Amino acid sequence: MEIVLNTPITREKARELKAGDIVKINGVIYTARDAAHKRMLENLEKGIDLPFDIKNQTIYFAGPSPAKEGEVIGSVGPTTSYRMDKYSPKTIELGLTCMIGKGSRDVLVIEAMKKYGAVYIGAVGGAGALLSTCVKSCEVIAYNDLGSEAIHKLEVENFPGIVIIDSEGNNLYETEVQKYRK
Amino acid sequence: MREVNVALISEAIKEMCIEANCCLNEDIYSAIENAEKNEQSEIGKNILSQLIENAKLAKCKNKPICQDTGMAVVFIEVGQDVHLVGGSLTEAINEGVRRGYVDGYLRKSVVKDPLIRENTKDNTPAIIHYDIVEGDKIHIEVAPKGFGSENMSKVYMLKPADGVEGVKNAIIDCIKSAGPNPCPPMVVGVGIGGNFEMCAKLAKKALLRKVGSKSEKAHIAEIEEEIFKRANNLGIGPQGLGGNTTILGVNIESFATHIAGLPLAVNISCHVTRHSERYI
Ligand code: SF4
Repeated sequence: MEIVLNTPITREKARELKAGDIVKINGVIYTARDAAHKRMLENLEKGIDLPFDIKNQTIYFAGPSPAKEGEVIGSVGPTTSYRMDKYSPKTIELGLTCMIGKGSRDVLVIEAMKKYGAVYIGAVGGAGALLSTCVKSCEVIAYNDLGSEAIHKLEVENFPGIVIIDSEGNNLYETEVQKYRK
Repeated sequence: MREVNVALISEAIKEMCIEANCCLNEDIYSAIENAEKNEQSEIGKNILSQLIENAKLAKCKNKPICQDTGMAVVFIEVGQDVHLVGGSLTEAINEGVRRGYVDGYLRKSVVKDPLIRENTKDNTPAIIHYDIVEGDKIHIEVAPKGFGSENMSKVYMLKPADGVEGVKNAIIDCIKSAGPNPCPPMVVGVGIGGNFEMCAKLAKKALLRKVGSKSEKAHIAEIEEEIFKRANNLGIGPQGLGGNTTILGVNIESFATHIAGLPLAVNISCHVTRHSERYI
């Protein structure tokens, strides 16, 4: 099913999404990858709040290439998500409802998605030039010193994705691959 | 003795970094086009057509095909009749990478220390493989390599008794366990023989060869052919979402080895396998 998905996404809305749904995402999403996740969660332990209110938000595992004069953003495809597996159960517990990335996820992440209601959406890895055309604005809101790994607040329009793992734990990587295995 | 100023090398490397990152090589491009025609999965077909569109857009806007513009890997063969002037060759190569990544709006993805992890902000240092060869030419190959796929690579120290079957099974095992992570369809570089570090270097070198080309050694070409079929029967498909396009190609390089060993390295690469080449 093709679905227009507006952010922020409530837990209830996240639970409605099913593995295999084709989505077009609209609204604000935040980029964060290895270094930003590490810093966010280390700060949290020290009593420092996250740089944005994570409730019902979407994190895009991505680090864009630099924008040229007149461009909103450089190329911006997903990075491999399993490197954030260590952090995602916590961000989901804190209110995150949607993650965009590529590649497999750990069982602990999937357990947290089931428990709290969150969804994992795949964007096409290596299609960063194409995906950049869906980004209408881009602002670094935290950790500027991390360069590409800083947290960018993006406004996206018709950002294409496919629900890979839903809040029941259905996983497209398993079900689809089986169909073509010989 | 032919004199070459290293500034020429910096300039070439700068241009090659930008070119490799923004213009998908013809061999990869047509392999994706062919795969798109033959892909059985609807989702997979759609992904492949997006990759084609992405490559076209990147080329026309001179924008990186993928935001992970990689760590710059440079293979440089210097003819022994060349006399380099104008400064250090290593510094000249890094200067070329620095200018390519800064001037070309490529992503700076290198940290100075693997544990302290502070970004060098200019994508240096490059990983440089030097070779001294006959003649008075310099041959440079620049292959920026992303880490989504690099992380899925493996070295196996097999036993001679494992033989060709052991080699084939290990390659398939590596592709299978990479699954959806390295942005399939993948390109697979394999090094057989040498020793621990040599097989890894051979695997990287294998990625410089065009996809669809065959090894000149008949017994190696046979393995390439079989791996190509078996890998595409794994079902992983484009982006790991199922299909008959799991790899676009597999290239194998081999070298002499020790009586006690059968080293094997599998360097996983993605559909954005980049490579630019020049002679000076
Ligand atoms: S694996 Fe390749 S295509 Fe995917 S993000 Fe890395 S460099 Fe880009």
